[in-house]
Amino acid sequence: MLQAEKIREVKKLAATIRKYVVLMIGGDGRVGHLGGSCSSADIVALLYGALMKHDPKNPDMKGRDKFIYSKGHAAIAQYAALAECGYFPKEDIYRTKTLGCHLQGHPDKLKTPGIEAGTGSLGQGLSIANGMAAAKKLDNEEGYVYCVLGDGELAEGQIWEAAMAASNFKLDNLIAFVDRNRLQATGVISERFATDPLPEKWQAFNWHVIECDGHDVVCLDRAVDEAKKVKGKPSVIIADTIKGKGISFAENDVSFHNGSLTKEQYKQALRELDAVLAAL
Amino acid sequence: MSRNSQRKAYGNTLVELGRMNPDVVALEADLGKSTMSILFQEAFPERYFEMGIAEQNMLSMAAGFAVSGKIPYASTFAVFASGRAYDQIRQTICIGNLNVRICGSSSGLSDFGDGSTHQSIEDVAIMSAIPNMTVLAPCDAEEMRQMMLATVDHQGPIYFRVVRNDVVDYYPADEPFQIGQLKTLRQGQDVILLAHGVAVEIAMDAAETLEKDGVSARVVNMSTLKPFPYDAVAKAAEQFQAVITVEDHSFIGGLASKTAFALRKSKTPMDYVAVEDIFGQSAQSSTELYECYGITSENICVKVKELLK
Repeated sequence: MLQAEKIREVKKLAATIRKYVVLMIGGDGRVGHLGGSCSSADIVALLYGALMKHDPKNPDMKGRDKFIYSKGHAAIAQYAALAECGYFPKEDIYRTKTLGCHLQGHPDKLKTPGIEAGTGSLGQGLSIANGMAAAKKLDNEEGYVYCVLGDGELAEGQIWEAAMAASNFKLDNLIAFVDRNRLQATGVISERFATDPLPEKWQAFNWHVIECDGHDVVCLDRAVDEAKKVKGKPSVIIADTIKGKGISFAENDVSFHNGSLTKEQYKQALRELDAVLAAL
Repeated sequence: MSRNSQRKAYGNTLVELGRMNPDVVALEADLGKSTMSILFQEAFPERYFEMGIAEQNMLSMAAGFAVSGKIPYASTFAVFASGRAYDQIRQTICIGNLNVRICGSSSGLSDFGDGSTHQSIEDVAIMSAIPNMTVLAPCDAEEMRQMMLATVDHQGPIYFRVVRNDVVDYYPADEPFQIGQLKTLRQGQDVILLAHGVAVEIAMDAAETLEKDGVSARVVNMSTLKPFPYDAVAKAAEQFQAVITVEDHSFIGGLASKTAFALRKSKTPMDYVAVEDIFGQSAQSSTELYECYGITSENICVKVKELLK
């Protein structure tokens, strides 16, 4: 379990990730996946900032923990974490999604240091994580594979193929997160295409299920700690989150799923996040 | 003429590779007895993954193995590999240029009994359209083995197009395979017949008939469908009066299309023998289907004579 100082660092990283997300989208008409990036920012910060064993100077280090963003459209949150960790120069984020830049709209293993595998077509990341976890088992290699899923993404059938496979192969070195922000691109998930009840579904697929507040770093840390103690089956942490978390006007507003910020909104978002950072 | 099974060769070679390289792993989706990848399970049970009847998860999981330094061989029918798991192959395996080996078994009309749902007449077209993919179609069992041995360390994904039924042996044991080679199986001066997979035998039969009619036909095994040797085909065509392609695949996006593209500036006329833009159907044998869809030596001879007029 993390000490208070480390918790503060993770919170700082989460706010920094959100700030980078805003900087990457800008206030000049460009669009970006602000909502889902901010909803999962605390999970990403906890993993990159505290829990994962990884080395930016040696991205291929044996025995490292691995991260797969199955909801690849939130890549900008991962780019922020990778830049902050030193995988590439921080200035690169200002060129995200521009021609020739290594930071693509969705994660690209061949282009961006620190990306373990390409995702973007939803529903495939958990299967990729399965392969990585099974490979670790074959090699008796230590470390965990973390996979962040969107709750809208759970409508993809392949997620449940992967859920079956992970428990079939007893991949207890695989820890999945569901970023349960309850919104998909077009609106409220439960109103558009019901995927509940989630805990029961995962339990039925023979996963260890933990529910927690996805913005409470202490709670998330405790959940991962519990997951690591489970043997013989994979664990899923269903994290309740708020889409657009940390930017007041964007919270729970579906228009910021993949939207742009006005100049005023851009300035306000940065002001709010700077205030959070200053308070930490 | 002796015959052998490409499927058995696939399974046996998989075991051979498993013995040579501890990073080789095998995945299958309840068709292991048909693709013969099940032989790997007997030899290396810990490196064998029965994925259930779930091809999409199988291919993405293969990607996960590949990014972890493994060399996964994912086996299923050609129609499912190229169709059911297309997106998984495109998005992670090909964009990432990962070392995943995909076995598209029972390809073309070779799965005669199961009908159109199981007959892949467009798999070469689909797989060829994805950047980074290599598409290989062996003509006999030994070539199946040799191409697997030669490509185990190849950087990037490979799609193997495997024939269901036993095929004629053309190559002696240990005949080496190289990606992109045009391999002449029969010398000739007048026309050149290009074929892949099961169609090689049909082309060889046609060459024999043509010989009797005074037409000398060269037969070339085009087992590398991608990267297609466009320049080599164009150069080879210069020496002949006509080019005919023969294949158990739609003319769209297969050998016919690729050859037509290769010859776009050529003076040598070409024609094709292939499945038209229609689905297959059930039959009692693949021969019955090849006759029904015009993939026959007789049809090759007719097309040759039309071009030589």
